Amino acid sequence: MAAAVIIGLAMALPLFWMILVAFSPIADLHTSQLRFWPSAPTLDNFRRVFRLPVGTWAMNSTVITCLVVLITVSCNLLAGYAFAKMRFRGRNLIFLLLLSTMTVPVQVLMVPQFKLVSAMGMFGSFWAVIVPASSTAFGVFLARQFMLGIPDEVIEAARMDGAGQLRTFFTVVLPLCKPLIAVLSLLTFLYQWNDFAWPLTVLKDERLYTLAVGMQFVNGQYTADYGAIMALALLSVLPMVVLFLCFQKYFVQGFARSGIK
Amino acid sequence: MATIASSPRDVRPTTPAPAPPPPGARRAARFRETLAAYCTLGPNLVLVTVFLLVPLVMAVVLSFQYSTGLASLTWAGLANYRQLAGDPVFWRTVLNTAVFCVATVPVEMALGLGIALLFNKVMPARPLWRTLVYLPMVISGVATALIGTLMFDQNIGLLNKLLATLGLPAAPWQTSGSAAMASVVLITLWMRIGFNMVIYLAGLQGISPEMYEAAEVEGAGPWQRLRNITVPLLGPSTFFLLIMNVIYSFQVFDTVYVMTLGGPGHATDVMITYAYRNGFEGRQQGYAAAIGIVLYVIVMIFTALQWRFSRNRDTVG
Repeated sequence: MAAAVIIGLAMALPLFWMILVAFSPIADLHTSQLRFWPSAPTLDNFRRVFRLPVGTWAMNSTVITCLVVLITVSCNLLAGYAFAKMRFRGRNLIFLLLLSTMTVPVQVLMVPQFKLVSAMGMFGSFWAVIVPASSTAFGVFLARQFMLGIPDEVIEAARMDGAGQLRTFFTVVLPLCKPLIAVLSLLTFLYQWNDFAWPLTVLKDERLYTLAVGMQFVNGQYTADYGAIMALALLSVLPMVVLFLCFQKYFVQGFARSGIK
Repeated sequence: MATIASSPRDVRPTTPAPAPPPPGARRAARFRETLAAYCTLGPNLVLVTVFLLVPLVMAVVLSFQYSTGLASLTWAGLANYRQLAGDPVFWRTVLNTAVFCVATVPVEMALGLGIALLFNKVMPARPLWRTLVYLPMVISGVATALIGTLMFDQNIGLLNKLLATLGLPAAPWQTSGSAAMASVVLITLWMRIGFNMVIYLAGLQGISPEMYEAAEVEGAGPWQRLRNITVPLLGPSTFFLLIMNVIYSFQVFDTVYVMTLGGPGHATDVMITYAYRNGFEGRQQGYAAAIGIVLYVIVMIFTALQWRFSRNRDTVG
């Protein structure tokens, strides 16, 4: 029990410190004494942050993330269905090819992806973030594993009743996949909301920044203004933490499921 | 979903085929299924091909080229790789990447397992402690790195204040190379222990309590039970975590880029940050691609070795 308390407190300390600094006057940081409560709680740090287009950044993050989730999860579900429940030529080969992309370091692909996106005329636009981010193998893998667990009889019964492949998919398979859809959506949302390197690379207009990129921008502009930086960090972390606390079961399942081989 | 339903890729095979179908009809049914499968796979396959497979091939090609000016490239053969071999900064980043891996992977796995074992027991407020451990998982690398900057600031950071309260001298988190590396490692551990714990918790739930009961009846102590039951039965989780953790540690970017920018000097520069700066700030795209390919090959060799090793162990054990 004592060990649990110590571990819990140690893990909570950095988050607690972020919140503390976000609500503390700057002077608190520069005293040498340790303070675990603001000397005079203040919202000044947030006011400084809101002089920047933080609302726009949050909106950008939301739009980009939601579109990526929509596209990625739709593609993953469709592909997972094909791999799990259809027999076709080249299935194993394509599946292996797909799996092999899972170990490619994202950053190895960044320069070529950058060239491609520029050649397609998407550079600097939201699409430059959204489209490459929607190409994943991991979600297909998860979807396939989940759908393998759906009994073939259910699908055959639907086929007997005269439903085509797509009709079977939408009316029979998808309703059974609610937990899968929840897990895929949450993990994709998490990944995209937090993604930094790629949006940093393809977004050049300050007003199109995502929150993660904006944070690094503020970090550069307000060097050592920890109050403002932590206020913004808190704002960016909050939606994910709320989402996590609401859907903790699915999040944890999603991570745990990723370990099942 | 609606976008897909109305997509032009839609194919509605005219099933069902009437019972006992003649061979020709069966072949037609197979063909229809293949067609339907490719249409279903289509969107993902197109995206993966265009944005993962093609760039991978491009990266390989690029690594044999020189950038001259902004857009033009000339063939350079192995020149980039030869330059890499003689580049002390590159070797420094290789060393740093290795040091980072060795300092993070075993520790986060051991701690993850330890905490999972602890939190698998019944105790008051268990959900709260678990939540505190995996909460950092959902926080972005950038936010984590910024929190790290705040914790490890040399003058006003929490850690040096704590050291001062204990009467200890301040640690040079930003000016000394090894301390800077330690700060990046510590913040990575904070961020990644939760993931390791979740995977191990899931693994532990798959071990039947009867195993432990039987062992206990035969007089196995807690340490023996851990060594002879828990650890071997968690093998698949360990294998998965080892691969995931090593891949992650080889590719660490956000935390290093935001916390130290590879500094001081090149003390925390890893292969990825070096490649990124070459490719996007130095405009040495061919050189950056060569670094990336070397990294990819290392990760592949590692994954393959792990695969072999775990298969051998399964057959031997």
